[in-house]
Amino acid sequence: MTLIRAERLVKTYRSGEVEVPAIRGVDFTIDPRSFVVFVGPSGSGKTTLLNMIGCLDHPTGGTLAVLDTDVSKLDRRAAANFRGQHIGFVFQDFNLIPVLTVYENIEYPLIMVQNWPEARRRKQITRLLEAVGMTEQANKRPAQISGGQKQRVAVARALATNAQLLLADEPTANLDHDTAFRIIELMKKMRDEFGTTFVFSTHDPKIMSEAEVVFALEDGRVRQQDREERVALHA
Amino acid sequence: MLNILRIALRNLARFSRRTFLSSMLITLGIVAVLLFIATAGSFKAMMIGQFTDAMLGHLEVHRKGYVASIDNLPLNLNMQPMMVAKVEKALDGRPAVQAYSERVKLGAMFSNFTETTAIRVNGVDPAKEVAATPLLPGRIVEGSREGPILKRGEILIPTLLARGMKVKVGDTVVLVATNREGSVNGKTFVVRGIIDSLSGPSGRDGYIDIRDARELLRMDKPEVNEIVIRLRDPAQLDQVYAQLSQELAATPGQGGQSAAEGKTGQGGGLEVHTWAALSPFSSIVRMIDLLALFIKIMLVSIVLISVMNVMMMAVYERIREIGTISAIGTPPRKILSLFLTEGLLLGVGGTAVGTAISLAVIYALNLWKIHFNFGQQQGLVLSPSIGLVDVLIIAAMVVVVTLLASLQPAWKASRMDPVTALGHV
Repeated sequence: MTLIRAERLVKTYRSGEVEVPAIRGVDFTIDPRSFVVFVGPSGSGKTTLLNMIGCLDHPTGGTLAVLDTDVSKLDRRAAANFRGQHIGFVFQDFNLIPVLTVYENIEYPLIMVQNWPEARRRKQITRLLEAVGMTEQANKRPAQISGGQKQRVAVARALATNAQLLLADEPTANLDHDTAFRIIELMKKMRDEFGTTFVFSTHDPKIMSEAEVVFALEDGRVRQQDREERVALHA
Repeated sequence: MLNILRIALRNLARFSRRTFLSSMLITLGIVAVLLFIATAGSFKAMMIGQFTDAMLGHLEVHRKGYVASIDNLPLNLNMQPMMVAKVEKALDGRPAVQAYSERVKLGAMFSNFTETTAIRVNGVDPAKEVAATPLLPGRIVEGSREGPILKRGEILIPTLLARGMKVKVGDTVVLVATNREGSVNGKTFVVRGIIDSLSGPSGRDGYIDIRDARELLRMDKPEVNEIVIRLRDPAQLDQVYAQLSQELAATPGQGGQSAAEGKTGQGGGLEVHTWAALSPFSSIVRMIDLLALFIKIMLVSIVLISVMNVMMMAVYERIREIGTISAIGTPPRKILSLFLTEGLLLGVGGTAVGTAISLAVIYALNLWKIHFNFGQQQGLVLSPSIGLVDVLIIAAMVVVVTLLASLQPAWKASRMDPVTALGHV
């Protein structure tokens, strides 16, 4: 079974009369419960690809199926609904809501997106806080915790709705090396515990070595790296 | 919804200074409008009271066509005894009517034996006249205010006439009048008092006893040409006017205006007029109402601009946040609700505080009893008051305007493209 299938996927931006190709007819598949990373230099199309997988942006051509749904055909409302039901996001800048506590940030999608009853919410949040090691900080505001802790909260928020797919765009870019590793370890642990598929982008070779599947993006084209290539790159 | 409310409240608290300033603007607007309505309403009611209680009454009944030619004080449009009886019957059985008084109005020549001038005179039953226009004794500026305002053979004359003709209280004067048939008759009177003038019709009239007036005009039947009516509650004006117009009319009434604008109901040879239809002061009342309307429009503008400004800033400053909540799947309608709720809370908060302050100030003004003068009237007490309906209308108006002002920014937030919003710096 395939979780994500892209066939001849194309994304072209238009700037006035000029067409700028961001993704040039790529094909790839991602299996459930996998830990996948897209790597590549800035401007290679990593964010564009993640945005399309996450139904935040529409492809210009080709097909993109996520959980057997052709997401290129979803309108604005349906896309929001699909994201809310199946996809979690972790952002480079954490993007926690500053007026809410750690607990309330994790609770937010359960209220605003899925409308869970309070008892069920409490149970889920307690479980996630324990899983990401943030139980002690539950009542703190984002401004009162560190960058690594913020990203832990962001991961917990992304997993709160039992999303089957978690997309993370450069999740470790704003973290120091050790913290970045701990976040990647946490994501792997979450993958094992919750069965979620993790897809993230990075240009950090050390982080990339932690991934099970690596897609290299260059000039809008995708190539899956084999193990030897990754080891050589890492070395 | 409770969660949206909670998050909206926190967002407002997060930008506390801006929230405070915007709420203050709404509060000040509400206070200004409610206080203006309360004081202007008090002033208006007091002024209307001065006219109705001193001269016009709340309603007047005349023979059809009399008011149209009232400047000539025609004597051929008198109400005959049968008509008077019909009106009296209608008034006696009506609990809303507190008192009424019949008048015979006439134009006469006034002489102090050395000079002669024209005068307009009301022949009245003193007791009934005081009951229908209770401020009349207060208009007596020279002469005693104690006891009956008039006895037979006495006259109350207006100040201007007294000054011009150099007539004092106790002097003897002569009135000469021509009756309906053209016969001239004269009668001497003792000046009982001098009364101050009021603006508007009959404001410069003198008063004599109605029996003297009939004698002067050689009326063989107890005719009258005006019946002035005082109501227990002026708020019942519309209702009583409509009932009387219908009851006194053999044919359906033709009056179409609202009571505040002045009404004239016709039919059956009798006309019913509200005080507003007879007094030029009704145009001042309309101006006060118009002024209140302009103040309300200004309030709406203040609220609209301030809330729209705040909400637009709130959206602009939180573009990335909007991108985040949109990306995680928050439906556009919930984003719309969130921003609308923030605007609504701003409006409701400002309105609640503004209303509370206004009511407290109105209460304090009533405690302090501010005095002022209006024309000849000295020491009038300003007693501002505001009805619950007015408060509710203003509050609802502000809340609705707040919602409208929040709509555009909220809509913009809900329609924001998450990718663009997340990339916003």
